[in-house]
Amino acid sequence: MANLIKVGMADLKICPPDRGITTLGLGSCVGVAIRDKDNKQGGLAHVMLPDSTIMRGSNSNIAKFADTGVMELVRQMEAAGAIRRRMVAKIAGGAKMFSFANSSDLMNVGDRNVAAVKKVLKQLNIPILAEDTGLTFGRTVEFFPATGDFVIKAVGKPVRTI
Amino acid sequence: MAELDLNNVDNMYFDVLREIGNIGAGNAATSLAQMLQTKVDMMVPRVALINFNEIGDTIGGDEQIMAGIYLLVQGDIQGSIMFLLQEESAHTLVSRLMGMPCEDKHSFNEMELSALKEIGNIITGAYLNSLSALTNLTITESIPDLKVDMAGAILSVPAIEFGMVGDKLLMIQTSFTDDTEINGFFILVPDLPSYGKLLRALGVMQ
Repeated sequence: MANLIKVGMADLKICPPDRGITTLGLGSCVGVAIRDKDNKQGGLAHVMLPDSTIMRGSNSNIAKFADTGVMELVRQMEAAGAIRRRMVAKIAGGAKMFSFANSSDLMNVGDRNVAAVKKVLKQLNIPILAEDTGLTFGRTVEFFPATGDFVIKAVGKPVRTI
Repeated sequence: MAELDLNNVDNMYFDVLREIGNIGAGNAATSLAQMLQTKVDMMVPRVALINFNEIGDTIGGDEQIMAGIYLLVQGDIQGSIMFLLQEESAHTLVSRLMGMPCEDKHSFNEMELSALKEIGNIITGAYLNSLSALTNLTITESIPDLKVDMAGAILSVPAIEFGMVGDKLLMIQTSFTDDTEINGFFILVPDLPSYGKLLRALGVMQ
């Protein structure tokens, strides 16, 4: 297997069938892996925030948000030959890394990210086959579009494939 | 009141923010030195606008395991401060402070975690106190929370705060080291209006 394609924070990339794609150290962010189950085209997005519409300031990076990021990933996959109705998704991340007594919206951003990703996938009619979300630890994920394996690594825990 | 525009910060702002990092971390390093009864050196602080996808690289990789002690900053300015130690440094620090050898290099027991939290509390307190004295602003802190995990996952928390207003993280990063092997750093992340307040309090912004 060739080197894994690396997706950074607030970033997304598509992945051809013969490669693997990874993103490191997902905290409250969510990793969204999508593949076309027939032609095995895949892609991975690392989204940080739930909603592009409520933000102020410059929002030039559409990969940052769940709504725009997942849409853009699907668009790029379609441009590479994937078909929307054959797409399936797996998601991971959305942890609560720190908690405080007067827990604000900010601290629950992991949950909100997961909910936002699910909402946009539902709008796009892309089913979620598996997820490893929430809880309180960081995750590194590797996605292999050929098989659909979504490998999840966390500190001090056994490697999981979903 | 004008807000600081992250796409338009000049070198003077960087210089002032660097000085904030210098004074704050200097105070914190002194309190650390007192706790450890040793000499603690501090590097010149680095102030930088970092793209989100480069955050991990600035501290030695997204998957580097670190102990992050995170506190919310409250009062006249809002934001957060994080004190980060490499896993090994955290073990060294705790075992020296508690005067007993480390039992397991790859995990922390309850007492060690509690000691780490307290260390974080004391030195971030020292950092914020000096910042408060310098600016005449009231700055208080929440109780700390601690996480030992991948650097990328820990840093996603302050990154998300910045993600709400822009595409870059403005970070005041101060590294310190003692004569043995403790390496760590601070990240002070005021929210955007607070940067303006800090700069105005120091007389560099109208």
